[in-house]
Amino acid sequence: MVWFKRKSPGLRIQKRKEMPDGLWVKCEGCGEIIYKKQLAENSYVCTRCDFHFKISSRDYISLLLDADSFQETDATMEAVDFLNFKDTKKYPERLKSAIQQTGLKDAIRIGHGKIEQKPVVFGVMDFSFIGGSMGSVVGEKVARAVDYAREKKLPLIIVSATGGARMMESIISLMQMAKTASRLARFSDEGGFYISILTNPTTAGVVASYAMLGDIHIAEPGALIGFAGPRVIKQTIGQDLPEGFQRSQFQLEHGFVDMIVNRKQMKSTLNRLISMFTD
Amino acid sequence: MGEIVLDFERPIVELEKKITEMKAYAVEENVELADEIKRLETRLYRLMQDTYSKLNRWQRVQLARHPNRPYTLDYVERIFTDFIEIHGDRQFADDPALVAGLARLNGEPVVVLGQQKGRTTKEKLYRNFGMMNPEGYRKALRVMKLAAKFKKPVVILIDTPGAYPGIGAEERGQGEAIARNLFEMSHLPVPIIIVIIGEGASGGALGIGVGDRILMMENAWYSVISPEACAAILWRDSTKGVLAAEALKLTAGDLIELGVIDEVIQEPVGGAQRAYDEAARKVKEHIVKNLDSIRDIPPAVLIENRINKYGKMGFFKE
Ligand SMILES: [Zn+2]
Repeated sequence: MVWFKRKSPGLRIQKRKEMPDGLWVKCEGCGEIIYKKQLAENSYVCTRCDFHFKISSRDYISLLLDADSFQETDATMEAVDFLNFKDTKKYPERLKSAIQQTGLKDAIRIGHGKIEQKPVVFGVMDFSFIGGSMGSVVGEKVARAVDYAREKKLPLIIVSATGGARMMESIISLMQMAKTASRLARFSDEGGFYISILTNPTTAGVVASYAMLGDIHIAEPGALIGFAGPRVIKQTIGQDLPEGFQRSQFQLEHGFVDMIVNRKQMKSTLNRLISMFTD
Repeated sequence: MGEIVLDFERPIVELEKKITEMKAYAVEENVELADEIKRLETRLYRLMQDTYSKLNRWQRVQLARHPNRPYTLDYVERIFTDFIEIHGDRQFADDPALVAGLARLNGEPVVVLGQQKGRTTKEKLYRNFGMMNPEGYRKALRVMKLAAKFKKPVVILIDTPGAYPGIGAEERGQGEAIARNLFEMSHLPVPIIIVIIGEGASGGALGIGVGDRILMMENAWYSVISPEACAAILWRDSTKGVLAAEALKLTAGDLIELGVIDEVIQEPVGGAQRAYDEAARKVKEHIVKNLDSIRDIPPAVLIENRINKYGKMGFFKE
């Protein structure tokens, strides 16, 4: 297990970007120029410093589940603009461009899959869809995933990548926290096994609901995990935040995640955990 | 209490002042002004009806934050008898932003809790402006488990500008504390009545806000984010709170239409800050009525209904 400690703090300011096109990519962790193909072969983890690049829900499905085992459910579910929400842009326009850019319907995909032949219910968020924000669709899909796992008595795995609740659905997005938590409570009461995987970033409304309600919490190295945003905290207290604040190692030290697992060992870790309780 | 006047209240306050002065003058100078006073009083009544029935969302947010608005303990002393405050989460500390205790509602023992704001500067700091830390959420849970153990209903009053965003709060797991409460409250085997009495800001409010009946006062607000914070993110300008309040649809009227709350509690004309006793009487009526309607439901059914209640919240197509 490698926890990457950044040596030069100046680099942290750089905005995290999705994988750019082209043959080469610069690591945000160490500045190394890496051949893209090599990076893909290494699960999008820097070959030099173990920095974990942001990856899509599709990438997680192929990394964590057996080949071609994922059968997506509820794939046609889409958000609606029930509040007529408009800020500098109308919500339907934001949705439309997110759908076009990502090829996804919303910020999560759920379904059935297998890990080393073992059937699981699997949900994976996608940060590229409006910051992985949780609105009605994410809340309903998480709730249904919990129910599928409950009905079929299968382990549930959810990979989170999110900035929190979706403001354009106001109070209804807040209620998704209660919706998902209440379904998990029932699942847990009946002996269901739930593993929450927290990737970079997992914050706000999702951390304050299903991401922090697993039987086991696994964080990817270097992930930002927290309730309040660093900017808000900085404004409130009027001082700089300590190095590594709200990162995976911080959450491990404070007792809120069970382990930090390198993406390359994630699938084998899930396999070992699942076999403990279900074999 | 000092005189604090919101912009839209100014014409009303001025007219009230004029009536008071005229009444004093009539007595002092022994002149007959009854007709004139009556005319002004009718005008005042109409002005108040007119002003308060047409408040926009931002004005309601201001009323919810009115410095003279009754806070949790103002309601507790008027609604309940024999209130015994209890403290601490038994793990780390006592959080004064959350008051909790045992009390009687029409003689019947219940567990009461709610966020508490301060009135003076000193009190405000002591209460941390009604912003809870993780130990506050854990204190709330500890007290709710006490209610479950002794099979007593839980009454919760919500009034918070949000969960506290601080380094210590994150170190002690603000997110986990709120998540845990949502989880535990959704299968607590006793009735839970929630009343949003002032501000209901985001996860900080919901962290003690899962229940069987959700009631909300006419001039309270409840949203995923405060209008200012929303404006700062979406408009990149925190002064656009007026626009954000409209977009967020955060009033009691909005929330009953969206199916998030069960009842709106009417406030005295002009807001709860104008008549504490009357406001508290209304809140009590609603709490008693709602508690009576769910008191005899068996715990397993109560929990199933509660899970289904939240299960219905959401709008999507497929
Ligand atoms: Zn690197």
